[in-house]
Amino acid sequence: MVKYEELYCFSFNPKLDREEREQGWMLIDLSEEYKRMGLPNNYWQLSDVNRDYRVCDSYPTQLYVPKSATAPIIVGSSKFRSRRRFPALSYYYKDNHVSICRSSQPLSGFSARCLEDEQMLQAIRKASPGSDFIYVVDTRPKLNAMANRAAGKGYENEDNYSNIKFQFIGIENIHVMRNSLQKMLEVCELKSPSMSDFLWGLENSGWLRHIKAIMDAGIFIAKAVSEEGASVLVHCSDGWDRTAQVCSVASLLLDPHYRTLKGFMVLIEKDWISFGHKFNHRYGNLDGDPREISPVIDQFIECVWQLMEQFPCAFEFNERFLIHIQHHIYSCQFGNFLCNSQKERQELKIQERTYSLWAHLWKNRGDYLNPLFRDDSSQTQGTLRLPTPPCNFMYKFWSGMYNRFEKGLQPRQSVTDYLMAVKEETQQLEEELEALEERLERIQKVQLNRTQVKSKQSEPSKHSGFSTSDNSTANTPQDYSGNMKSFPSRSPSQGDEDSALILTQDNLKSSDPDLSANSDQESGVEDLSCRSPSGGECAPGEDSGKDRDSDEAVFLTA
Amino acid sequence: MEFAELIKTPRVDNVVLHRPFFPAVEGTLCLTGHHLILSSRQDNTEELWLLHSNIDAIDKRFVGPLGTIIIKCKDFRIIQLDIPGMEECLNIASSIEALSTLDSITLMYPFFYRPMFEVIEDGWHSFLPEQEFELYSSATSEWRLSYVNKEFAVCPSYPPIVIVPNAIDDEALRKVATFRHGGRFPVLSYYHKKNGMVIMRSGQPLTGTNGRRCREDEKLVNATLRAGKRGYIIDTRPLNSAQQARARGGGFEQEAHYPQWRRIHKSIERYHILQESLIKLVEACNDQTHNMDRWLSRLEASNWLTHIKEILTTACLAAQCLDREGASILIHGTEGTDSTLQVTSLAQIILEPRSRTIQGFEALIEREWLQAGHPFQQRCAQSAYCNSKQKWESPVFLLFLDCVWQILRQFPCSFEFNENLLIMLFEHAYASQFGTFLGNNESERCKLKLQQKTMSLWSWVNRPSELSKFTNPLFEANNLVIWPSVAPQSLQLWEGIFLRWNRSSKYLDEAYEEMVNIIEYNKELQAKVNILRRQLAELETEDGMQESP
Repeated sequence: MVKYEELYCFSFNPKLDREEREQGWMLIDLSEEYKRMGLPNNYWQLSDVNRDYRVCDSYPTQLYVPKSATAPIIVGSSKFRSRRRFPALSYYYKDNHVSICRSSQPLSGFSARCLEDEQMLQAIRKASPGSDFIYVVDTRPKLNAMANRAAGKGYENEDNYSNIKFQFIGIENIHVMRNSLQKMLEVCELKSPSMSDFLWGLENSGWLRHIKAIMDAGIFIAKAVSEEGASVLVHCSDGWDRTAQVCSVASLLLDPHYRTLKGFMVLIEKDWISFGHKFNHRYGNLDGDPREISPVIDQFIECVWQLMEQFPCAFEFNERFLIHIQHHIYSCQFGNFLCNSQKERQELKIQERTYSLWAHLWKNRGDYLNPLFRDDSSQTQGTLRLPTPPCNFMYKFWSGMYNRFEKGLQPRQSVTDYLMAVKEETQQLEEELEALEERLERIQKVQLNRTQVKSKQSEPSKHSGFSTSDNSTANTPQDYSGNMKSFPSRSPSQGDEDSALILTQDNLKSSDPDLSANSDQESGVEDLSCRSPSGGECAPGEDSGKDRDSDEAVFLTA
Repeated sequence: MEFAELIKTPRVDNVVLHRPFFPAVEGTLCLTGHHLILSSRQDNTEELWLLHSNIDAIDKRFVGPLGTIIIKCKDFRIIQLDIPGMEECLNIASSIEALSTLDSITLMYPFFYRPMFEVIEDGWHSFLPEQEFELYSSATSEWRLSYVNKEFAVCPSYPPIVIVPNAIDDEALRKVATFRHGGRFPVLSYYHKKNGMVIMRSGQPLTGTNGRRCREDEKLVNATLRAGKRGYIIDTRPLNSAQQARARGGGFEQEAHYPQWRRIHKSIERYHILQESLIKLVEACNDQTHNMDRWLSRLEASNWLTHIKEILTTACLAAQCLDREGASILIHGTEGTDSTLQVTSLAQIILEPRSRTIQGFEALIEREWLQAGHPFQQRCAQSAYCNSKQKWESPVFLLFLDCVWQILRQFPCSFEFNENLLIMLFEHAYASQFGTFLGNNESERCKLKLQQKTMSLWSWVNRPSELSKFTNPLFEANNLVIWPSVAPQSLQLWEGIFLRWNRSSKYLDEAYEEMVNIIEYNKELQAKVNILRRQLAELETEDGMQESP
């Protein structure tokens, strides 16, 4: 049995001193985040009911609850919820003064009630005085929820809770998702599949259907909050998988802050890490029960990618950012995603013994920026509105993630990298322009002084100076070439060539070694090689020149 | 015939137009000989200006006195007109039906269209075969222009001028023409300057069941091979189809008679199979009620992407033979006017940087599709909504454009043009005010006197104001061969065509605009910096000179 201490993050040493490490862990601060949401306020307060994890050991200690929810109500409600995960605030939408809360399923069985739990939901409703009801969203398929009743669990009975609207949204459980991913990866790994093999396999895996179900739930909640002005309580069974997915998708749709680099880190910290998503079990960091493994956060990350495809200017970060986060959830190089809860992480003293991924990503943020992002664009304002009903064809296979090691399958030229390089060059040009203008001004001043000093006769000689400039150049090659070097009078086309060079270097820099290390270079040519007319004698696929050619294409033009 | 006879009701008021992603508009509907126009009375602007020839099919429905006409366009758009009054509605519907299916080409809009723009360069003379040949003739003397088909007597679907091996005289060409389907003797399609290898295309050899041979044909084909070299014949049909073709007088090159050539059979579909695929695909794209799995299975069942994959794979194979194996190739299917042209033109996109520029791509369309005799009139007569079973319609050209888009998506910086150029070509192939895509071959176009009577599409496109719409801001000249991936994971549905009317492109358009802004601003700065550098350099030399004496 592997121990936590044997994981890479406990020996990983990026050569930072203690102070830097601590600062790294402080980069993402959830109390700041709640402040940003406008909390505490007249309706919501920070509760210390879970101090020392007394009420719920998979919840954080810092939680926001309605002011009218007293400690006895919370404790009473917690006893009526699976693993005592009582309703607590996930996101506060200050425009409408409504909230997204999360919990686990109620232990209602077939008929059980709990007064405190009913009061708790009442308190949530009262905390948004603009609305006379709240939605209770059960993210499970109805059948699953009903089956849970036999085990003394279940879902809210609308008759027992005043003013709730209950809604099922059928997202399948972790076992279905695990099998679905397995099936899809099998399709990705097929050796030269036909189009039908691929599409049929993709459909059969059900993966995109599941992604859509999660998105639909997020869209439903975002709409309830922004358009209907109603608060929403979200739960599934334990409230740490589907609930985390759905709350974070809804928050991302509602709040542009979560679409920024730092905001996205905050979102994962809040809805996943702090609320006890079981990273250790789901991503198998230690050998555990294989039945606990499931790509829950992978699905959330894919939802973000699907949104990026629809709203190319809305996100401050790019696809690479998502892929690197996903990579590090499994890599155990950083401490962020260790353990199953905040309590466990505290016991292990993670922050003192490991480094934070967020600081690492933030330090290299230049690699993760989306060049099309503009904070004044329409897509970065307010809620992202998706077409309703959301179209099926909106959801696409993410080859950048699932075939990321087969570079040959990816577009050979990256628009993102190209534009980032252009932007970087633009910045250099701005600086140079400023410097040149200053210099020009200085010289002109000097010359102005000189013309003032000299007599009128100097003017014609100035003209003759132009006409003989060729001769003088020829006579003084050394001086001129020196001049040439510092101020090459380049034609615009030459300028382009130079910029191409800058772009190339930039491209090389931004490729991440840890992900492309064992990339299998498969290109269209190799795909064809099995049908090559020459058979084995001179298979072009083995021709080392082939990849050079295509790679050159990338380098020279990108 | 007068158009007035066909227009029973030229004008109806209070018509309501419904279009996806636009609010409904009420206005006056007018029918002219070639257009359906709806203008809202409020601000007197046209809301809709639709060529009748763009209409693929119409449906009518009645609820009480209110009639509804659903117009399905060849560019896949569907619009709805609510027309008050049953008689008006019936009149409009029957007029549209008649006007959108004119049987005489000379009644089509291009013969009536008067351009409102200044013609800078007459597109009819933009891509002359002689000029195109000059691009090669500096590199090789093995090829010559032949005027053997001057009167279209040898091959009705070939242009008057073709490029053939220098060693083969016109007399031999005439003989070879009798041995090839439709008289389409092997001609030069592409000369690969890098190694002197070539792509030739032709119709199938007419071997028949008794294995007829033609020495001149063998000589012609072999004349393209260097001493001791071998070539590849790519037959776009599967072997069994090629074998079956023998019973109908067609066939394929027998190894015994073409010993220096190795034959490869591919299976690119043709005709109604492609048309049905298009119909199914567009149906699936328009139906938004089904769930996720239905969408994928319908996408799969349409087989559209399968066709894309097969065509691209064959084109890559051809390019690979040429560039990697250093072997010349001959490509044909049956007629040599459909799948053959898909392969020869895509191979050039892969191999030849010029064909990835705007001018070069236009030249490619002109050479490999128009001059080469792709029967546009037949293939593009109807589109995805056509109910009548007509035999000749087939989205061969659209598949080619889709394949180009797939390569463009994989190499977004290597093309001078953007997706808009491809979409524009698709639209004009099916319905246009220009004469370029009328007729099935050069011979028909000559008889129709298109050059005198109609305007060329290229005259319109190749003006700076239009070109700017089609120019890819990301373009950086790339002189290398670009090898696309043909794996299913790398091929995507072309949303710009197939989902164009089913999803709002607002956010994607914004992204494109932002991309243009980023690049334009960079160029602006670059120019400013260059001017200042020059100024400074001048000032400083001047300075030095003033000080040195």
